[in-house]
Amino acid sequence: MKAASFRIGTGAGFSADRLDPAVDLARRGDLDAIVFECLGERTLASGLLDKRSDSALGYNRLLETRMRAVLPLCRAGNTCLITNMGAANPLAAGKVVVDVARELGLQGLRVAVVTGDDATHLLDKDTHLIEPNCALNDFEPHMIGANAYLGTEGIVAALKQKANVVITGRVADPSLFLAPLQHFFQWEYDDWARVGAGTMIGHVMECAAQVTGGYFADPGYKNVEELAFVGFPIAEVQHNGTAVITKLPDTGGCVDPRTVKEQLLYEIHDPAHYLTPDVTADFSSARVDSAGKDRVSISGAHGRERPQELKVTVAFAGGFVGEAEISYAGPGAQRRARMAGEIVAERLSQVHGVQTTPRLDLIGVSSLHGTAGQTTTDSQDVRLRCAMRTPARKEAETLLWEVESLLCCGPAGGGGYRGYVRPSILTYSTLIDRGRISPILDVFDV
Amino acid sequence: MTHRVTLRKIAHARAGDKGNRSNVSVFAYDPKHYPVLVDQITPERLQQTFGALFTGQIQRYLLPQLHGLNLVLDEALEGGVNESLNLDSHGKSWSFLILGLEVDLP
Repeated sequence: MKAASFRIGTGAGFSADRLDPAVDLARRGDLDAIVFECLGERTLASGLLDKRSDSALGYNRLLETRMRAVLPLCRAGNTCLITNMGAANPLAAGKVVVDVARELGLQGLRVAVVTGDDATHLLDKDTHLIEPNCALNDFEPHMIGANAYLGTEGIVAALKQKANVVITGRVADPSLFLAPLQHFFQWEYDDWARVGAGTMIGHVMECAAQVTGGYFADPGYKNVEELAFVGFPIAEVQHNGTAVITKLPDTGGCVDPRTVKEQLLYEIHDPAHYLTPDVTADFSSARVDSAGKDRVSISGAHGRERPQELKVTVAFAGGFVGEAEISYAGPGAQRRARMAGEIVAERLSQVHGVQTTPRLDLIGVSSLHGTAGQTTTDSQDVRLRCAMRTPARKEAETLLWEVESLLCCGPAGGGGYRGYVRPSILTYSTLIDRGRISPILDVFDV
Repeated sequence: MTHRVTLRKIAHARAGDKGNRSNVSVFAYDPKHYPVLVDQITPERLQQTFGALFTGQIQRYLLPQLHGLNLVLDEALEGGVNESLNLDSHGKSWSFLILGLEVDLP
């Protein structure tokens, strides 16, 4: 370890995040730890489906690419790598990492795998789903799997055993960052103030570029330089739980109080009660202060006792979504596009007997904010989008057929048809007593 | 004499989602405009203006030391990523829906 402070970076903030900023951090960041957060509710459900089709799959599809690029750099820099890229199959992911490390000649590398998040066997027909507020029974035939959000314990146990790489499945996102802090600073599990502070640091870091100028630029209002080469964040953490958020020199983006404040409340509800498996964190008195160019200090987080129940995400197969689009431009584009949509809806019901009404958007006139009542009237470049969710793939394909048939049978000048059918995954939540879930640790040496 | 501007002129915002619940945080660029947010970006106004989209309860949390507030919008994602057929099923663009509101500056 390098100093009294701990340097931790983010190598990915979602499953499809960029690779080059992570490589740059691993090479030049002088990091104690780098975290790749790559697991959303839906990505986990896709992983469960992948695993169902092939028991060796179910982990993040970019795992091997990422490991090849950063493992040698992490080894050279003595940087510990922590990731939830194990997704639905952490043990298979661990094997991939061991194989890649062996091939790259990284003898002696220690890879730890944390499992125990699979909660499928703990659910029964009476398990209550919070949203839509009903019993599991109603959906059970379509259940794909269920995973509990683990806290830091498994990762800390791995670090105590001197793991260089820690692969997990479902772990609360901030816990991926909090764990190495707890291990390095020897924070007690019930030191709620520091655990709350570490959780705030993890929360601010977990979406990578979203704190360094990504998801932020609004030209003329919020200018961001070199966004194409936005750097990923680094937190310089002190023993007392305060931190400076920064990024590497000569990278794009910016770290300033505005970027940090936006990320601090991202996907937060009551800032005084942010529940994780580790703590009831309180960000309501958080301070965000500039500490120089591309340096922002965060402090003032608190915490109270952790919740007794853990959140479990339950995934279900939810039929299919069909989406089909066709464009109209020039004078009268809006009226022609509107007419095309009406034809599709009419024919689906009258010719094909489809009961579901498709959603119709006029992109360029009213789409994303259509339900909110927002409409622009002067566009002469309009794309009709028809979308439908249905239990039967064939009905979704019928929607595509009807939109494509507009090319010859619809209003004048329609072009640029595209259509897609994709399986739909539903995710709901339930709560489970934390005593019923324990992390399991496996350690492999290369 | 008041002066009417688009909220985007004086504030920035970010939207996030969890299930069918959206949250939009709004921050004044200049601390002197924080009271404008408090007075004019209210749950009542949002319900009135965007009630067809924001169909549930709206809770507002104030963060004076950050010159910002957090709007938590229940049942505001057309069913959420599970059910919404909106192109933007996460409601990422709700931030700019709210930034399009007009406010009166003192």
